[in-house]
Amino acid sequence: MTVKNNTLRKGGRLGELLRSRESSLLLVMVLLVAVIQWRSGGKFLSSTVISQLTQNYAYTMVLSFGMLLVLLIGGIDISIGATLALSGMSTSLLMRDGVITSPILAFGFSILVGLVCGIVIGAIVSKGKVIPIIATLGMQYIYRGLTYFVSNTQWVPSDKMLDGYKAFAQGNLLGINNLFWIVIVLFVVMLVFLKWTSFGRQIYAVGSNADAAKISGINIDRVKIIVYAINGAIAGLAGAMYTSMYATAQGNMANGAEMDVIAACVIGGVSLNGGQGSAFGVLLGAITIAIISKSLSLVGIDAFWQQALKGGIIALAVLINVIVQRNSAKKALEGREI
Amino acid sequence: MATKSGRTISSVKSRSIKDLVVRWEFLLVLIFLGVNVMNICLSPNYLNAYSLFTNINNFLVKAYIALPMAYILLLGDIDLSVGGNVCLSATMLGIVFNETGSIWLGIAAALATGTLCGALNGLILTKFTELAPMIVTLATNIIYRGLSERILGDGATAGMSKIDWFFNLYYGRVGVVPYMFIIFCVLAVVFGLVMHKTVFGRQMYAIGENKKAAAYAGVKVEKIRMTVFTLTGLVCGFASVFYCANLGSVKSNVAEGFELEAISMCVLGGISTAGGKGTMVGAVIAIFIIGLLRYGLGLINLSGQTIRIILGALLIAVVLYPTIQEAIKNRKKAAK
Repeated sequence: MTVKNNTLRKGGRLGELLRSRESSLLLVMVLLVAVIQWRSGGKFLSSTVISQLTQNYAYTMVLSFGMLLVLLIGGIDISIGATLALSGMSTSLLMRDGVITSPILAFGFSILVGLVCGIVIGAIVSKGKVIPIIATLGMQYIYRGLTYFVSNTQWVPSDKMLDGYKAFAQGNLLGINNLFWIVIVLFVVMLVFLKWTSFGRQIYAVGSNADAAKISGINIDRVKIIVYAINGAIAGLAGAMYTSMYATAQGNMANGAEMDVIAACVIGGVSLNGGQGSAFGVLLGAITIAIISKSLSLVGIDAFWQQALKGGIIALAVLINVIVQRNSAKKALEGREI
Repeated sequence: MATKSGRTISSVKSRSIKDLVVRWEFLLVLIFLGVNVMNICLSPNYLNAYSLFTNINNFLVKAYIALPMAYILLLGDIDLSVGGNVCLSATMLGIVFNETGSIWLGIAAALATGTLCGALNGLILTKFTELAPMIVTLATNIIYRGLSERILGDGATAGMSKIDWFFNLYYGRVGVVPYMFIIFCVLAVVFGLVMHKTVFGRQMYAIGENKKAAAYAGVKVEKIRMTVFTLTGLVCGFASVFYCANLGSVKSNVAEGFELEAISMCVLGGISTAGGKGTMVGAVIAIFIIGLLRYGLGLINLSGQTIRIILGALLIAVVLYPTIQEAIKNRKKAAK
């Protein structure tokens, strides 16, 4: 017992800092980057690779922030890949047909489609009292089906899209890709929103203890609908980002993206039981996933290993998370000498 | 306030006709009949037993997996790795067959792989009970499919369909009834009896209803969860054998999306993902509703994507049904 107490004291303030979820993740990330940099012969930390990484995975990072909100209230949304496809596709179709004539309008419309998709899910989950995973499973079928339905299972090719729209994803501002600027802005908004607004705190309250939140006067249904609506709008934004980056719209785009996004959140320390998680953690988690996806080929790992390794890393991350939490809970008990 | 599962506790079993009518399974039977009537109207050949069974065979591989999935959902767990598991098991079958030339060894390898994969899920989830089953099985799904990708590369294995009896596992029939259908019936009855008539079944309901209370009442919660996850793995291995018999070759994209299909079948059948609720009869009827509806809509040349929209809408409508029913009841009460 005394020995253990000593080790606790030795940790001191630094230990406390290290025990925080985000800093340990940051440490893992730095180690990961170091190993990749070493194994790839110094190819990883180059401006081309980093700009590709920030551009290609910006949409999953954006999606992760929406998923964070949903997970915080104890929900889940496995339809965001389909919402992304539906909003991106309908925007591209309207662009092809000459209805949408400016890039800003395109982004706005895509967000609007996503918002409507999100509100429908929010209503089903809160008013219809359907379990989120089932509601979003059903809506995933519907949204993905609608994507093919509206496009008549055709592609929207690059030359039918607005030049300004396509240029946006390739453009830079202060050396940082436009798409990654969206991530940065959204991250700051989320940080402030979750930490310092009363609605942000209400989200945590609903997720930690819905009954207590209800008794203290929070309108739970309203919180749920708004959260799913925001998540949908973010998926719509990601839809515009995706089609602008790849300069095509296909029915099967972002198929299975939700799984990467959930994995990013979990690696970032978000609990699937609700009430636990931060915007910073999620950003780190999403970047970690992006680094893993991008670097495997650089390190010379054969492409067929990639999926298995990715799964392994996700499993490892959640396992480490549990072990760390168990240890800190044990230490907290010892600290109180129980 | 209703409990999580929407049940009220009563020691007296109600047996009135009205209760029978509002039962979930009754609704499912109506939908089932509706689908069949629709199919008969759409195609005069629908009731041709031979072609009907050909189409039933199409969804039976998924249906095999829906049976243990019902157990998993009943426990309040979820298993997203069944697709990857079937894929890896099928891969092992193909590889072992190609290496040794013995289909028996191949089948043994598939069953062993499936069971091992399921046991691995169970082991992680019972040793680390804090972990959400969803995220663990999501990760193992990627791992299993990834391993299969690694093993197969771009290639595929083939040659299995040259063995007659193996080919017949999928295509063989007694009269017009396929072997697969008979096996499914036997499996469904066994799974149903275990779920509803054994101590093990009651314990699964207890765990799904309230894990803590069940543990305090002496139910070995983790042991049962481990058993069920392992069993699911075994059935995945079993299903992969039929999958191979059907296709005669294995690629790393086999059984993609099986997990969500199997879960949809169970949920439509009234097995709540929150656990502790539902019957095997419901799940089996739902399997046939989804399978036959898909067949019928295909008959009128609806595209696969439109069928998806309809299936999604059906799923949502059915899960919304209890809430709407309750709302109507409340409104009537308020009117009085």
